[in-house]
Parts: sequence; structure tokens; C-alpha cells
Amino acid sequence: MIEDKPKGLRAHLPFIYPAVMLVVFFVISFGIMVTVSFFHRVPGAFYTPSFDLNNYRNLFTALFGRVLVFSIFIAALCAAVCVAIGFPFTYFITRMRRKAQVVWLVILVSVLSLSTVIIAFAWSLLLSKTAGLSNLFVWLGFMERPVSWSPGFWALLCGMCYIAFPYTVLVLYPPLSRLDPYLPEAAMTLGASPVKTFFSVVVGSMHSAIMATLIVVFAFTLGTYLLPQILGRPQHWTLSVLITDEAIYHSNLPFSAAMAVFFMLVSLGLIAFTMMIGKGRGPKQR
Amino acid sequence: MAGLALEDIHKHFSSVVAVQNVNLDIPHGRFVCFLGPSGCGKTTLLRLIAGLERPTRGRIALEGKDITEQPAHQRNFGMVFQSLALFPHLSVGDNIAYSLRVRKADKSACRHRVEELLELVRMPGYAARHISQLSGGQRQRVAIARALAIEPRLFLLDEPLAALDAKLREDMQLELRMLHQRLGVTTVLVTHDQREAMTMSDLIVVMGADNQVHQMGTPLEIYRNPADTFVADFIGTSNLVKGTCSGSRQVTVSGNALKIEAMPESVKPGTEVTISVRPEDIFVVPGTQKGENNLQGKVTFVRDVGSSIEIYLDCNGFQIISQSTPKDRPAVRQGDAATAVLPPSACVVLTS
Repeated sequence: MIEDKPKGLRAHLPFIYPAVMLVVFFVISFGIMVTVSFFHRVPGAFYTPSFDLNNYRNLFTALFGRVLVFSIFIAALCAAVCVAIGFPFTYFITRMRRKAQVVWLVILVSVLSLSTVIIAFAWSLLLSKTAGLSNLFVWLGFMERPVSWSPGFWALLCGMCYIAFPYTVLVLYPPLSRLDPYLPEAAMTLGASPVKTFFSVVVGSMHSAIMATLIVVFAFTLGTYLLPQILGRPQHWTLSVLITDEAIYHSNLPFSAAMAVFFMLVSLGLIAFTMMIGKGRGPKQR
Repeated sequence: MAGLALEDIHKHFSSVVAVQNVNLDIPHGRFVCFLGPSGCGKTTLLRLIAGLERPTRGRIALEGKDITEQPAHQRNFGMVFQSLALFPHLSVGDNIAYSLRVRKADKSACRHRVEELLELVRMPGYAARHISQLSGGQRQRVAIARALAIEPRLFLLDEPLAALDAKLREDMQLELRMLHQRLGVTTVLVTHDQREAMTMSDLIVVMGADNQVHQMGTPLEIYRNPADTFVADFIGTSNLVKGTCSGSRQVTVSGNALKIEAMPESVKPGTEVTISVRPEDIFVVPGTQKGENNLQGKVTFVRDVGSSIEIYLDCNGFQIISQSTPKDRPAVRQGDAATAVLPPSACVVLTS
């Protein structure tokens, strides 16, 4: 046998490049954050290096717990709503002719070019009492007088779903467009009605794609920071708002770093748990 | 009992004609092959029967009942797709039991039926396996078992063997044929492989590139008496020789008068016709010999593959191919003068 091991810098470049990127943009910054989370805060000043577990001990308050649960809850709900609406939406797009598919995808992607600030204020206007949708419903005769829907829980959910929806479709599109068009037809010849076919075959065979999309959308919306402040009331503020508050307005970087680290660990744990459940059920897709 | 009837079926996809003028009566319990080149509409015709497409015009009836408007999921047909379309997220057993579950059959009945079907396709004990763990031939069998689970009124197969290698394909052809003999369910199979069609079917429906049915008959009928030049050429190899009718039961081919045993009534003297003769019906004798139904020519090529010998003759500009067994091998070599003898009984006169 001939030894044919890659030699020299050039051969290792494909591994070095991503490693350097990962270290520069993730490991170092994350390392700084973890380190700072153990530092001691000096009130009225900045912080001093130390190994202080108090930042983590201070996390166990009712407020932090409530905000943490709410952040996870609204992100999970948003992921569920986006996939519930986005899955059939994407399925019907993939069944269209190629040209029509492109048009739909371009419209969706163009939504991504809008800034979060614009989206947030647009929704708060749309759901407001003075100029919002309720005026249209009054005019149409569905309602008696205009009402204010924003700020509030549903306004926040609306805004979050609006932002996450294009990503949902973009993540679901590749696996759904690869779905064998004969699978639904086979189900129909076997006696399944169109609705039964959709749930048992289309949803069923896309099980792992749906799981993956839920996780992506959940992780994406977990960091929502601006929307809760515009579309929500203080009780709808997410952990990101709390972290920003601590870091910028109270200058308590160590505590906010501890919150961020803990938040990340909890969400990673949740995602790992979800994936474990997903693996246990049904054969993996190839 | 009346079987499946297709009456005046047309199917257009926007401006493209997929199938036209199809009138077929498929008797109950037969094994029928739709045979034709790719793009002839044979798969579309099968999908029309399955209810996966609606005909633009025409009527489909099964045992006297109009089913043209009945949706696919109410037809109780079994279909095997070219891609097989096995559900990747379900096990072998769940794939087979799918149609039973949809019909709310109870669990033990499902399990029993799955075992029975796996026995039938010779894969006992595979119920718990995943589809990704099966070989091509095994997937094939699972697809067949799945389609047969509800004892379908009609068993439809869309080129199910096309993806298999030659050896496996021939095995599966025999198995499908035997399965059909055991179950007696009316079966329609789509194929572009004429050998496959000849091996398996009771009846062959030949479709052409014009998206119409050219002929329907038993394999031998179609081979012996092709309806037109397309069928003669598509089914097996055929010598197609142009000539002119020159009297009752006589056709003149480049100066030689050929006696014909059976002349279609529509052919009058002076009509241009084509004569189709199968290579195995033509004898070749060495030298230039005058005589009835003899065509003189020169040997241009001899293909000897051991089990059979093909001799290519150039007879005044048109080519005649003769096929014989090693026992009857004519004593000719490439370049020799030779004579082809076309027996009157083997000459089929075609007008289109």
C-alpha cells in the first residue's frame, strides 16, 4: 500500500479555515462571556476579575424563573404556529409549477429584507385602535367599535410568527420538494382520502424535517429582543430584554452574562431532549 | 362476466395529447399488458384507470358500472408504481397494512393478513424491517404485497420491473405471472419491453407514438398477424418489404411476383402494400435460384451467435434478414449470391 497522507499547510487548509473562524467568532466571544459571568460586579463601577458564583446564585428568583419559562413558552408556541401554517403552505408551493414556485419564494424572501423595527411598528399600527385592522372590521360590520390589540400577548405572537415564517418555509422547502410525488398517489390508490393522505403520508414521511424545523424556529425566536418591547406589555418581556436591561441600564455585565449562559444551557438541553424523542420514533429518513 | 371497459377515452394535458381514441374491453381475470414506446400514453392510460387522472373525454366502466368520476381512493384498486412509492417512514408490515388501517381493520386481522401476504411474496418474517434495509427485489415484492392487501378489484402495475437487473427481472416476471394464476385478479401491466409483455400476458394492447391503440390480441396473434407496419416492426423483428398488389393473392416486389396466402379484402390490384415476414420464416438457399416467392440477392452479413444464425441479404436495394437454427444453417458466406424463399403462408400484407 502506498502512503498517501496529505502533507503541509495546503493539505490542512480545509480544516484550518473553519477552525479559525469558529475560534475567532464563537469560542473567544463565548469564552469571554462565560469568564465574565464569574466576575465580581463593582456597583457604580464595572467589574473585577474573580471566581464568584453569586451571579448564578442570584438567578434563582421568581422573576427570572417566570421570564425564562415565558421566553421558552412563546418561542415554542411561535415554532408550533409557524410549522402548523408553514407546512401545508410549503407543501402546496412545492406542488406548483416551477415558475410559480419561484415567484412565491421571491415574495417570501423579500419579507426578510424588512428590518425588525419596521415590522414591529407596522404590526403595532395594524393592531392599534386608532388606525388598525379593527377599524376595517367595524367598517365591514364584523365589530361594533374599534379596539386596541397591541400591546399584548397575541400581538407579540403575531409579530414573532411574521418574522419566523419565511425561515420556516425556507427550511421546509428542500425536503418537501424532494418528496416523491407518487407517495401521496400511492396512499390514495390504497384507499386514503386526501386529508388522510396528507397527515399519514406527507406529514408522516416528513417527520424528521418537521422536527428539525421546529428546533430551528424555536432557537431563532428564543432571542427575540425588540418585538416584546414594542408589541408586548412588561409581563411579555423575554429573557433577552431582561439581559439587555441588566447589561446596559444597570451596567451589571457579570449578572447578564450569567443569565445568557444559563439561558443557552437550558435551551440547548431542551433541543437535545427534543432530538432524543425524535430519534426514538420511527425510522430515520435517509 | 364483463371486466373493464374503456370507451372513447381522450386525455389532453393543456395542448398536449396524451391518449386518444381508446376503446378497450378487458375481460375479467385476464393479465393484460399495455405495450408501447416511451411517450405513447400507456402510463397515462393506466393512471386514468386508477383514477389518478380524469379523462378529457370518454367513459370508464368496471363490471358494467361507470367509474369515470369515482375518486382514486374509492376504487379499491391495487397499484404498483414505477418508483414503487413505498412509505419510507413505515416498516414493511405497516406499509402492507396501510390500506387495511385506512379501512379501520382491527389489529390482529391486520397482522394476520400481513403475514399471509409476506408468505405470498416469499418474504416471511420481514414485517418489522425498515424499507431502507431491503434490496431492490424485496422492495418490489413489498410493493406488490401492499397493493394486494385489500384483494383489489383490479391490479395495476406501472413498469414495476424496469429498475431491476435482467436476471431478477425475469424471475419477477415469472413470479408475477404465477401470482396472477393463483389469485385470478384482473391485472394490467404497463411496459415498453416486448419480451416482458410476451412472457407475462394473456392479452397485449399495443400503443403507438400517435397515442392510440394499434392492436389488441393474444401475444401470438399479435406476433403472427400484426395489424399494421408499426406493430410488425415494434413486436419482434420483421422484414418489411414494399410492393404493389398485382392480382388476387399476388404482390409484386421489385419485379418479383410473390404469392400470398391471405390477402385483405380491401386490397385491390394496384394498391401499394407492405409485406411483413418474420426472419425465422425465411429460408436462404445458396446461389441464384428462380422460382415462386424467391428473391435473389447477395449475402452482406452473417451473424452467428451459436444458438441462432442471422443472414442479411441485399435483394436489389432492400434488406432481407433470415434467421435459422444451427441445424438448418444455409451454406453461404458473406459476399455469396443467395436466394431468399418467402413462404406464401408467412407473408402478411399490411396496408398501413
